[in-house]
Amino acid sequence: MEISEQKLTVLDIQNVSISYGGDLAVRNVSMPIFEKTITAIIGPSGCGKSTLLRSFNRMNDFIENVEQSGKITLNRQDLYGAGVDPVEVRLRVGMVFQKPNPFPKSIFRNVAWGPTINGLSGDIEERVITALQQAALWDEVKDRLQDSALNLSGGQQQRLCIARALAMKPEVILMDEPCSALDPVSTSRIEDLLFELKREYTIVIVTHNMQQAARVSEYTAFLENGILVEFGDTDQVFTRPENHRTEEYVTGRFG
Amino acid sequence: METNLQGRPRLGEKLLEGSFFCCACISIVTTVVVICILAFETYGFFVEIPITDFLFGTEWTPLLQPKSYGILPLLCGTLMIVVGSSLVALPVGIAAAVYLSEYASDRVRNIVKPVLEILAGIPTVVYGFFALTFITPMLQAIFESTHVFNAASAAIVVGIMVLPMVASMCDDALQSVPDSLREGAYSLGATSFEVTTRIVLPAALSGIFASFVLAISRAIGETMAVTLAAGATPNFTLNPLESIQTMTAYIVQVSLGDTPAGTLTYKTLFAVAALLFTLTLALNLTASAVMRRFKETYE
Ligand SMILES: Nc1ncnc2c1ncn2[C@@H]1O[C@H](COP(=O)(O)OP(=O)(O)O)[C@@H](O)[C@H]1O
Ligand SMILES: [Mg+2]
Repeated sequence: MEISEQKLTVLDIQNVSISYGGDLAVRNVSMPIFEKTITAIIGPSGCGKSTLLRSFNRMNDFIENVEQSGKITLNRQDLYGAGVDPVEVRLRVGMVFQKPNPFPKSIFRNVAWGPTINGLSGDIEERVITALQQAALWDEVKDRLQDSALNLSGGQQQRLCIARALAMKPEVILMDEPCSALDPVSTSRIEDLLFELKREYTIVIVTHNMQQAARVSEYTAFLENGILVEFGDTDQVFTRPENHRTEEYVTGRFG
Repeated sequence: METNLQGRPRLGEKLLEGSFFCCACISIVTTVVVICILAFETYGFFVEIPITDFLFGTEWTPLLQPKSYGILPLLCGTLMIVVGSSLVALPVGIAAAVYLSEYASDRVRNIVKPVLEILAGIPTVVYGFFALTFITPMLQAIFESTHVFNAASAAIVVGIMVLPMVASMCDDALQSVPDSLREGAYSLGATSFEVTTRIVLPAALSGIFASFVLAISRAIGETMAVTLAAGATPNFTLNPLESIQTMTAYIVQVSLGDTPAGTLTYKTLFAVAALLFTLTLALNLTASAVMRRFKETYE
């Protein structure tokens, strides 16, 4: 693995295994997530990408009979340690989901919702505007902030969900196939957006789209049957994979 | 090979279509006939009694001398039952639904939900009896001035009666809110209380509102339990510890007697029924108007 060591490890995943009612979905995965980079998690469907990603902000807590072992730290703090409040974890690790899920509220209130309920400091309006600008949505919605978010197109809704996450100013943003429900134009808009965002944020993106992973990420993790087959620089994983399974997958011979 | 695109006659389909049409007609025709009879007899009543006396009179004594035809005591009685039962059923119903939908484990849910549906099917006489033998003595123990027949006991029991329905309908409304909204809210650092009160409940508002309307309609229409628990005294009062009579209870009382058709007393039935009809219609119309405004659509 050619990994530059001077980068700061924000999330550290150590020997993580996750099972649903005894069936292992993630098997003994260890990998770092570096500060202000984009890490892509790729792999065939059902290989455990979402399960792994959701363990980074304790979203698996809501699923009955999930069992997890191993350790995940955020800036050296154990996310699953005794006394850790999952609500606090999610304040610092935001998430964007596969299907856009805006609240049935106005555009403004969608973005303002997180900071408001958490009583975050500062001017809410400013936060909303900044977040919408960062999500490259501001120009399209600035004249209709009070409209229902449900009137936006799918691509706009997904960028709204990104803005909603950004308004919390999280340390890490997790994205679970954020473009899979979108058309190619909306997809490329979001990819452009990712380039902008990584200057300030640490991003982990799950995708089944290899080109997307190759285009946007600096690090790539290839998962198969819950096993982390390969992790490394995106260039290296796509051009000189160490494992032949990775090679078969990225060259499109299966999956 | 020659292909034949000519359709075969579908006789069965035509027959079925015709019979469905007939059924639809029957239901519409019967409704229209009922409304016509109601309107005709009510008109006959108002020919003899001025409508203002009916609407604003505070004495309702069509069966006693001197006769008086002011609806306010009956209206007031019905109102007390509606308000009282809503105070019991709506808050408790929502709370129960929130517990079931948002907090209970699947195991608890799978037991409680069918039980609610069974409870909703208990005959109302049973509730009336329960009010007389259980709720009224309890009220008497707390408030000495409680009459044997009283509005409070009836209102409470009607509240208990519609509670399972409210809880079950509200639960359905909450369940129909997609989990993706909950996940979105949790991912922004919301607590489950915030998710429930600020995302799930508002998104389920139209369904919750529908259950309220149904609960109120049932409270307005409820007769047996109310007659048993509240008695049959048209009483223009807001004191829930006294005996009262509701509009439906009056209709039953007169229907059970041997009032000859065509008399004024007989016509009071239709006047009261017409008012009842108007009230429920107005309730349903406002409800659907409000619901259309409140409806938050989501995927
Ligand atoms: N809520 C769940 N309950 C039980 N099994 C699940 C659940 N979610 C996912 N799984 C199983 O875990 C495995 C990994 O799923 P997932 O993480 O969603 O894969 P991916 O996101 O890579 O498609 C699959 O075999 C899936 O069937
Ligand atoms: Mg997935």
